[in-house]
Amino acid sequence: MTVLELREVSKSYRLRGFLRQGPELQVLAGVSLSLRRHEILGLVGESGCGKSTLARLALALEKPDQGEFLFLGQPYWRLPRRERRNLRPRLQAVFQDPAASLNPRMRIGDLISEPLRLQGVSREETRDRTLKMMEMVGLPEEALSRFPHQLSGGQRQRVALARALITHPEVVVLDEPTSALDVSVQAQILNLLLDLQHRFGVSYIFISHDLPVVLYLAHRVAVMYLGEIVEMAPAADLEKPGLHPYTELLLASIPGERKKRPVAGEPPSLLRRPYGCVFHPRCPEARPLCQREKPPLRRVSREHFIACHRR
Amino acid sequence: MEGGTLLQVQDLVLGCRGRSYPLVGTVSFGLRAGEIFGLVGESGCGKSLTGLACLALFPSGVKPLSGRVIFRDTDLLSLPEEKRRKFRGRHIGLIFQEPLNALNPVFTVGHQVEEVLELHRGLSGEKARRETVRLFSEVGLPDPELRLRNYPHELSGGMRQRVMIAMALAGDPDLLVADEPTTALDVTVQAQILELFLELRARRGLSILFISHDLAVIREVADRVAVMYAGEIVEEAPREELFSSPLHPYTRALLAAFPRLGTRKLEVLPGQVPPPGTWPRGCRFAPRCPEKIPLCAEKHPELKEIRPHHRVRCLRV
Ligand SMILES: Nc1ncnc2c1ncn2[C@@H]1O[C@H](COP(=O)(O)OP(=O)(O)OP(=O)(O)O)[C@@H](O)[C@H]1O
Ligand SMILES: Nc1ncnc2c1ncn2[C@@H]1O[C@H](COP(=O)(O)OP(=O)(O)OP(=O)(O)O)[C@@H](O)[C@H]1O
Ligand SMILES: [Mg+2]
Ligand SMILES: [Mg+2]
Repeated sequence: MTVLELREVSKSYRLRGFLRQGPELQVLAGVSLSLRRHEILGLVGESGCGKSTLARLALALEKPDQGEFLFLGQPYWRLPRRERRNLRPRLQAVFQDPAASLNPRMRIGDLISEPLRLQGVSREETRDRTLKMMEMVGLPEEALSRFPHQLSGGQRQRVALARALITHPEVVVLDEPTSALDVSVQAQILNLLLDLQHRFGVSYIFISHDLPVVLYLAHRVAVMYLGEIVEMAPAADLEKPGLHPYTELLLASIPGERKKRPVAGEPPSLLRRPYGCVFHPRCPEARPLCQREKPPLRRVSREHFIACHRR
Repeated sequence: MEGGTLLQVQDLVLGCRGRSYPLVGTVSFGLRAGEIFGLVGESGCGKSLTGLACLALFPSGVKPLSGRVIFRDTDLLSLPEEKRRKFRGRHIGLIFQEPLNALNPVFTVGHQVEEVLELHRGLSGEKARRETVRLFSEVGLPDPELRLRNYPHELSGGMRQRVMIAMALAGDPDLLVADEPTTALDVTVQAQILELFLELRARRGLSILFISHDLAVIREVADRVAVMYAGEIVEEAPREELFSSPLHPYTRALLAAFPRLGTRKLEVLPGQVPPPGTWPRGCRFAPRCPEKIPLCAEKHPELKEIRPHHRVRCLRV
């Protein structure tokens, strides 16, 4: 069953220019994506390709310019405000920098329990559930009365997780949740994420620029390039041949093996989105057709989609 | 000193004004000519301070408490500041994580490289310009002639890092200290810059002290690797040996916690790195070590050579 769906969503921002309005920057160009119940969907791509923008749309923090956002089967932005407000707590977020997303003047206990208090849950129940949640994410009880700055980065991320899960949401969108953490702390948080997903039966959209991390966690992976999804596949399929040339480049770029790699240039600016296939200027297999025509996201096997004329 | 050693750091301890405990130490290692030496470890373990000390550079408040940094036959720490400055750039170049902080936003990148050429190699005018174009093409900047007139903000992150490398090479140094030089870059660009470091080493016979928190990056470029934990080196070995048969429990835990393609299960190392001032008296890793024995809490282990070129700081090895 699908819990969340983005259908052909587009999003542009008007850049501010000097005195007059700047150009329009199209960040997302017709992106479709669906998240199933109990699924971890990984979203990977390089800096600036639109991952966080997509996260904000999937969190209903922003409205798409075009296309539809469906949550639990309902067209979110067409619902009356009161119904939208009821749906909101079932959609939670964890961001890269918990220091920025946690109010520095609130104590840990209040930060974790705030979503419950907003729902009008009784004091005793709030306290019980907060302590239970803290135990589940591995925070000691003493942390209850501390402030965010008194915790380490990994502990702050545990607080953000506890706060996101305490209302038993349907979906949690995690935007680079471990990118600021050390390797040993990252492993703690990744395994905790798997454990919690299992216990709560929640679905995740897990965003990262780190492909091995995404593949470790996700059931399915969406690969983004310049505001488009160029490939969508079960994680296991990324170990097989016949992938999108950009996915192949990402895999070949993972350091550690001193292997020969294709020469590939750098991603162009969103302001100069290439005509035809967005990846053609860097693609070793590009043909004239790739400059003329944009390839659709085509099904190549049951759950595997690729946007490429050459596959 | 070993034959062919270019830089030798001996018993280095770094402290900080107003604090009674060290930030880094005791650190000893040697870098051979033409070698890429990788320094890896988690945040706060002392990689950057150690790297800067190799240029006798110390952030404000930080000072060497003991030890020597010997480049060829000169102890940099015993030189007056004015002579140290001559060494930097000319003999040892420095590259940071974020080139935007190291480049001056109000001058063109061409001008900035020409300045270094004038200072260290006495080149000016047309000669400096031509050498800059040559350096830009050496580091793989597309359209080097056009790039001369670009300001730093007009370049992509990858191109800025190439300019930064060209600038570090302008004095024709024998050693580069590169502190997380690809951490701010996208993976596809990172792969190209790592390739560039390997090429430069092959072409110029450069030595590089390559600092990173990323084990995979270190594995890609380094010939020898030192793993730091809480201010000291806990293991040092040739690249292949370190990754295939790590001996220190921390190195092993770090490798098991690092996701690679095909990782099915990450092993979790509980706890975190103790900050300076809270290091245990015995082995600094003992509180987190799955293999500790009572003695580990008492005795601080030495960095011992267990096999040729393989040093480990562990009582149990
Ligand atoms: N509110 C906004 N106004 C103008 N431009 C924006 C806005 N939000 C995002 N952008 C631009 O949209 C592009 C995509 O940004 P986004 O943050 O979604 O990328 P990302 O994939 O998350 O990148 P990163 O990996 O660096 O986090 C960038 O060029 C960014 O500058
Ligand atoms: N100027 C300074 N004054 C006081 N303490 C400092 C100063 N610079 C660094 N430190 C401390 O010294 C220790 C080592 O710092 P260093 O920057 O070398 O770590 P690092 O290994 O490079 O970490 P990272 O991976 O985060 O860059 C840290 O605990 C840091 O907080
Ligand atoms: Mg982002
Ligand atoms: Mg550092």
